Amino acid sequence: MAAADESSRPFAGLSDVSISGDIPVEGDISVPVGPSRRDDEFSTLDEPVKETILRDLRAVGNKFIHVLYPKRSSALLRDWDLWGPLLLCVTLALLLQGGAAKGDDQSGPQFAEVFVIIWFGSIIITLNSKLLGGTISFFQSLCVLGYCIMPLTVAMATCRIVLLVPNSLVSFVVRLVVVTASFGWSTFASTAFLADSQPPNRKALVVYPVFLFYFVIAWMILTFTPTQ
Amino acid sequence: MASTKDPFEFQEFEEAGSLLEADRDAVTISIEDEKPRQAPGVSPDEEHLDSDDKTELLSGQKKSTPFWTFEYYQRFFDIETHHVKERVIGSMLPWPGKNFIHIYLRRNPDLYGPFWICTTLVFAIAISGNLSKFLTSLGKSGYKYTPEFPKVTIAATAIFSYAFLVPLALWGFLLWRNNKIMNLVSYSFMEVVCVYGYSLSIYIPAVVVWILPYEWLRWCSIVVALCLSGSVLVLTFWPAVKDDHPKVIIAIMAAILVLNSLLAVGCKAYFFSKPEPVGTVAPLNEGTKTMPATLKPV
Repeated sequence: MAAADESSRPFAGLSDVSISGDIPVEGDISVPVGPSRRDDEFSTLDEPVKETILRDLRAVGNKFIHVLYPKRSSALLRDWDLWGPLLLCVTLALLLQGGAAKGDDQSGPQFAEVFVIIWFGSIIITLNSKLLGGTISFFQSLCVLGYCIMPLTVAMATCRIVLLVPNSLVSFVVRLVVVTASFGWSTFASTAFLADSQPPNRKALVVYPVFLFYFVIAWMILTFTPTQ
Repeated sequence: MASTKDPFEFQEFEEAGSLLEADRDAVTISIEDEKPRQAPGVSPDEEHLDSDDKTELLSGQKKSTPFWTFEYYQRFFDIETHHVKERVIGSMLPWPGKNFIHIYLRRNPDLYGPFWICTTLVFAIAISGNLSKFLTSLGKSGYKYTPEFPKVTIAATAIFSYAFLVPLALWGFLLWRNNKIMNLVSYSFMEVVCVYGYSLSIYIPAVVVWILPYEWLRWCSIVVALCLSGSVLVLTFWPAVKDDHPKVIIAIMAAILVLNSLLAVGCKAYFFSKPEPVGTVAPLNEGTKTMPATLKPV
């Protein structure tokens, strides 16, 4: 009877234990954390779908702010997601649609080409940094590289607006300035996040492919010409 | 996430690298000199250190991790910034008697340089070819700028197949000759790939020069780049074939040089063709004529 009672309430015996002041108590007490976390998880089942989506969107937006203001915080690295990169990549590829002459060998990059360049490019850069001995995980690096496309996506949107104005020389200069600035910004932001994970004598080896990657994307954006 | 106490293996590699570095200052010319040097007149302490270094290096080399593991490929990226710099500069400045593999690679061939040099060259060719076309047709009526994105794919195919298939053939040939005639020098496949990859680095500045629409300037830079990269290749592979029949030596050196110049001239003809007065279709036709020539030996 007593044993059954004990087994049903495993911590019942602890209630009699009194710890006097002179016994040093060490270690972490992690018992109360578990149930409360479980409660949190349960509560997401009850909440409206809108709230769940909004929370994820807020997390994505929060990371956008991190890219815009790249201080060396690990928030972008700690909880990675690929929603933001997907969103940015699709937006960029859609904005690059409809360039130049169609069905011709001379045309600009198609949707699939942009998509493949961005994803394979970031995968290759990530593999490169892992092979060089980086301590960052695979998806963290993908996440950072994807989020840091954001300045270039913004530049692409600006370019499409500027291209509505017919004056070609002025619009070219404006586009050149915008794209160069956003290219620098992307490289700087991703370097701020990625370079720390490398041993100091290999930083340049990791930064160079990132530079090349954003340079190629910037080139695609700058040379975009819509069909008249 | 940059935890300093991460027990990662590069610590060990780094040490090996620094020991190699120390070695490099001591040794003057080639690997063969290294072995007799260690036998006589070394203080016991140093000898101990050296043998430690030796066993460590040997164990690093002998440790045969299977090729599907990540660690296998990590060996080819065990390289630091200053190594890459030295190798690129070394591949641009050939010097008689200097063997690129012995001086710069030192039994540690890397894939980082060849891969990123090829990638850079692909985009450099595509972008500067596009720019030069834009500059030559600037101000002509009826010209409409196009990014010519598909040329990136063609450039990538041509350059990557040159940089990996030609070394494969050359390595196979050297292996075969090595069985017939005992050569003192034999190169591994990675070393051959590495030399070929780095020998392409001179073309990157050359291709940027090609943007300017002056034919004489382009041909000058082609000749300079061909001489430099060709002589690096010849100087490197000379010791491996020098004991062979003269006919074989001439054949293999000619093949190396001809393939190298085919790549350069083919790229020049395809991506930087003279603007034809007929229209934009002409360069394409010319390209279809020249491209198979570039790809044929590969």
